[in-house]
Amino acid sequence: MATVTEAPPTPAPVAPEKKPPRKRGRWTPYLLLLPGLLWLVVFFALPVIYQASTSVQTGSLEEGYKVTWHFATYWDALSQYWPQFVRSVLYAASATVLCLLLGYPLAYLIAFRAGRWRNLIMILVIAPFFTSFLIRTLAWKTILADGGPVVGALDALHVLDVTAFLGWTAGDRVLATPLAVVCGLTYNFLPFMILPLYTSLERIDPRLHEAAGDLYAKPSTTFRKVTFPLSMPGVVSGTLLTFIPASGDYINSDLLGSTDTRMVGNVIQSQFLRILDYPTAAALSFILMAAILAVVTVYIRKSGTEDLV
Amino acid sequence: MEQYEPDRLSPVQQAAIRRSFRNGRAALSRRSLLRASTGGALAVGGLGALSACGIPPAGNTEGGVSAEDHSAEEKSVNFSNWTEYMDIDESGRRHPTLEAFTKRTGIKVKYTEDINDNTEFFGKIKPQLAARQDTGRDIVVLTDWLAARLIRLGWVQKLDASNLPHAFANVASSYRTPDWDPGRAYSYPWQGIATVIAYNKKALDGVEVKTLSDLLDNPKLKGRVGLLTEMRDTMGMTLLDMDKDPRSFSADDYDAALARLQKSVDKGQIRRFTGNDYTSDLTKGDLAACVAWAGDVVQLQADNPDIGFVIPDSGYMLSSDNMLIPNKARHKTNAERLIDYYFEPQPAAQLAAYINFVCPVDGVKEELAKLDEDAADNPLILPDKAMQAKSRAFRSLSSEEETAFEGKFAKLTGA
Repeated sequence: MATVTEAPPTPAPVAPEKKPPRKRGRWTPYLLLLPGLLWLVVFFALPVIYQASTSVQTGSLEEGYKVTWHFATYWDALSQYWPQFVRSVLYAASATVLCLLLGYPLAYLIAFRAGRWRNLIMILVIAPFFTSFLIRTLAWKTILADGGPVVGALDALHVLDVTAFLGWTAGDRVLATPLAVVCGLTYNFLPFMILPLYTSLERIDPRLHEAAGDLYAKPSTTFRKVTFPLSMPGVVSGTLLTFIPASGDYINSDLLGSTDTRMVGNVIQSQFLRILDYPTAAALSFILMAAILAVVTVYIRKSGTEDLV
Repeated sequence: MEQYEPDRLSPVQQAAIRRSFRNGRAALSRRSLLRASTGGALAVGGLGALSACGIPPAGNTEGGVSAEDHSAEEKSVNFSNWTEYMDIDESGRRHPTLEAFTKRTGIKVKYTEDINDNTEFFGKIKPQLAARQDTGRDIVVLTDWLAARLIRLGWVQKLDASNLPHAFANVASSYRTPDWDPGRAYSYPWQGIATVIAYNKKALDGVEVKTLSDLLDNPKLKGRVGLLTEMRDTMGMTLLDMDKDPRSFSADDYDAALARLQKSVDKGQIRRFTGNDYTSDLTKGDLAACVAWAGDVVQLQADNPDIGFVIPDSGYMLSSDNMLIPNKARHKTNAERLIDYYFEPQPAAQLAAYINFVCPVDGVKEELAKLDEDAADNPLILPDKAMQAKSRAFRSLSSEEETAFEGKFAKLTGA
């Protein structure tokens, strides 16, 4: 509480009460920060330092690893696995754009048009989270199965010919192709897009729409000049919340993809667990972190919403 | 933040102060705070901490691996196994063979199904074993190559042969002396795993598959062929298909086999490299044919008559999952008694009848026939002479070979 207001002198203070109560008040914010800080130190800072160290070590499982400042690992990792990096960014970006295209109308609907259905639709958006990520991804294997109705319909409409021409699918199937991986990523991260969009749309005063209409703005103009600019915070945080986890994901590529859809997450996993090349795995993780940080920084600068993050 | 509302400031000033916290370039944002604190932390501790880290050698060449054996006073044993790798009664909660063991010996078995994947489990127990600590497990069940690695690292205890009379007498000949544990000094097989070629008759649509080459080359199967992510099984089958012996191949042979697979991958012949999840793809018909584990095939056949398997003339890969006692385990003698118990014909038969893997115990046929006639005649569970003659094991690899081979294989699978 207030530190500057002068409290009226307390009548006849007892001897040991040297410390005025405001002293405690000054430390309260730090005490409140402490659990969070500790959490960050133990589960973020320390692992990051540990990984940073691992990435410049050399050695083997038997002989142990020593820090030799072997920075060449970074270069080797990048030159060997750049296709997977490019793929991760492409897939994550595609999924993010798809999420935005799917999520924006839905968030708009929930915020302005849903009425008493609002809560129900919100529950429908969030409900998939009650099951495990893995199960949700596996479900897509059934949905997109080769002989299934979805693939049958797409094939009959000759959509698969177009996507195969573009290199998104192969043969008469969707599973084990880039399209399936992007679909899986889109589905799994869609709620991360919808929720921030909804919160920022819901905050817009509907009277602004009325005012725009009073000023002879067509509905499309109202959307372009009023609604969309005001929802930018939601768009930015939604895209970030989708893009960042999607670019590090490996489950979708593992289950829905094939050998030519492996993302950088798959490489890191196999380096860590199968090949036991810890330095390369750590270096790859750091390159991924740096890449995401760079992309996000540029993005935030461009969209001019620095105070959001 | 504290509620900052001194009386002396005008409302306008108050608003300005509040604004300065929330907006603008100079705002005290979470970002600027983070920037400042990470910068400072890195400068102070970062570099020092970086070079202070390091991973000590994992191998254990010194002694001191056996803990004090508490078997006599603590009548229990902690058994870590793979999921669905033990017989279960109708209630779905009790394991009859384990209960019979407890009844006879008075040793309670704490049975945990916490192994899902060799590589992940290795990551899980590595910190404790490398630090020479108890993992809390008395028996772990691991596939050959990982068992070999643990033995190589000195992370498991030598077994006391005098506690293992049945195991010694009854272990089937194919399992008696693997090159990574001659004479079974550290391990005994839990179950054998035959790697064969499985197919879905409906999805094959008349295409005939007899060898791995049919899978890799037939254009009619393009995009509908599965291989396993388990390097030794896939590469072993490929080596066999190329008339090389997986027990004694050279690095050049390995590269040749790899190139052969790469050609199929580049053609788009291979749909996926899979772990256990190939089973659903195969039953749905998304995979027409794949390299598969026989235990799965027996179970799939029970539900889907379209599933079949073929054993190529060139042979098939036989590996095993092995029971090992990790260093510092508290109940070594109890663990050895449990290992020995599963080499008695009756419990071995009961287990084989339930889980349908290759039984590594000799003299089980009679007992198994009592429980399940079909299983006793199934060469995938009790291999006959012809079947045994076709089985091949993958030779053990040195640590450098393992890294190199796994690395090349991972490249093939895309990662």
